[in-house]
Amino acid sequence: MTGILSAILTLGLLGLLFGLLLAVSSKIFSVERDEKADRISECLPGANCGACGFAGCSNLAAAISEGKAEVNSCRVGGTECAEKIADIMGVKAEAAAKITAYVKCRGGDRAKRKFNYDGIRDCVAASKVAGGPLECSYGCLGFGTCVSVCEYNAIRIEKGVAIVHAENCKACGKCVKACPRHIISLQKDPKDINISCSSHLKGIYLRKICDIGCLGCSLCAKACPNGAITIEDNLAQIDREKCVSCGACVKVCPRHLISDASESFSEEIKSEKEGSI
Amino acid sequence: MSFVKIVSLSLSAILVENFIFVRFLGICPFLGVSKKTDTAVGMSLSVIFVMTVSSAATYIVNRFVLVPFDLGYMRTVAFILIIASLVQFVELFLMKSVPALFHALGIYLPLITTNCAVLGVALLNVKKELDFLGSVINGFMSGVGFAIAMIIFSSIREHLEESDHPKAFEGFPIALISASLLSLAFMGFQGLSIFN
Repeated sequence: MTGILSAILTLGLLGLLFGLLLAVSSKIFSVERDEKADRISECLPGANCGACGFAGCSNLAAAISEGKAEVNSCRVGGTECAEKIADIMGVKAEAAAKITAYVKCRGGDRAKRKFNYDGIRDCVAASKVAGGPLECSYGCLGFGTCVSVCEYNAIRIEKGVAIVHAENCKACGKCVKACPRHIISLQKDPKDINISCSSHLKGIYLRKICDIGCLGCSLCAKACPNGAITIEDNLAQIDREKCVSCGACVKVCPRHLISDASESFSEEIKSEKEGSI
Repeated sequence: MSFVKIVSLSLSAILVENFIFVRFLGICPFLGVSKKTDTAVGMSLSVIFVMTVSSAATYIVNRFVLVPFDLGYMRTVAFILIIASLVQFVELFLMKSVPALFHALGIYLPLITTNCAVLGVALLNVKKELDFLGSVINGFMSGVGFAIAMIIFSSIREHLEESDHPKAFEGFPIALISASLLSLAFMGFQGLSIFN
């Protein structure tokens, strides 16, 4: 009986002692937490993807509450998230620029094959076999390595080539890293004009192996009122600082390669052509 | 405590009786936090710290409370209580006084609160009948053994990510297989007793 009593008493006292110690120390060592940071981190998506450049959502929340980061820093959360955070911080949110990924190739089924590839359905694996099954050493292989890394279901393979659906894209950049051909890039604005080809092959040769690749004909460079397009190494390049997204180049490209991410220009051209017919 | 005894105690805590590979304690953080080397290092440092401090604290409680009252059978319960509240206290203390260290170790501390490796060290200290200094050294060195295991395994896992293996083995299965092979290597020290 005394054994039970002494056990209960000793352990009870020990527990009480440690409990008191913790209670007292939580008062002594209490840290003032920034309430703003807590409320901001509630608004953030909590994916801890790191696309903002901070180690995780809570770090970004702390940075925003201290004014070290913009309220629209979270790419994943988008405008809605930026507005909520702006409310908490008491500033006006400038709509976060919608950054999206863009695949610079339209080849796919229109590009000639070197051989029939029967191996693992993965771009990285395919690109290791004799430089890939495509004649074009720059083009999209279409096995969907980018599709499998995308957590937002924003990339699909259509007609043998990867296409980013801008409305789903959160610009996390995973596809950019995954693509063995390095033809996916992030662009600041869906209105930005892109040349949808990455091939530096000479036009004479490229014409034989791809029905759509950039031939380096320089019609777009001549059409551009601001001199934003140059032909470098057989491929048209756009100087983002000079480009005003006027769409002059879009209309002259004989291969219909140039467009913006939402493809609004190509829609226009299509409707114009249909109208003329 | 002689120098030779200290060396022998340290070597046996690190290699011969390595907590993860020989005693199979602390497998949860071993598999959970070993995906990247830098998190493994952070976790290991926290474990070393907590093991050392809890060895000291449990020795004191055991020597001055449990033994005099003849409560040896309540040791496990009492030690859990001590370690849990100690880790909580350290967490509070670090948050206030050394925020940098708190950010480095803080996320791992709650994981360690009820870790069996930490409790194992405390119980083994009693079983081995070590004195205060011996307990602290054993705690510290067991932590170092834990750290070595974590760091070796996390670097293996980083390479596993890029290696080519059957799809069925992807992720956890291949990690468990490589852990068991690594454990075999440490089993080679089994039965080795140094300087005594």
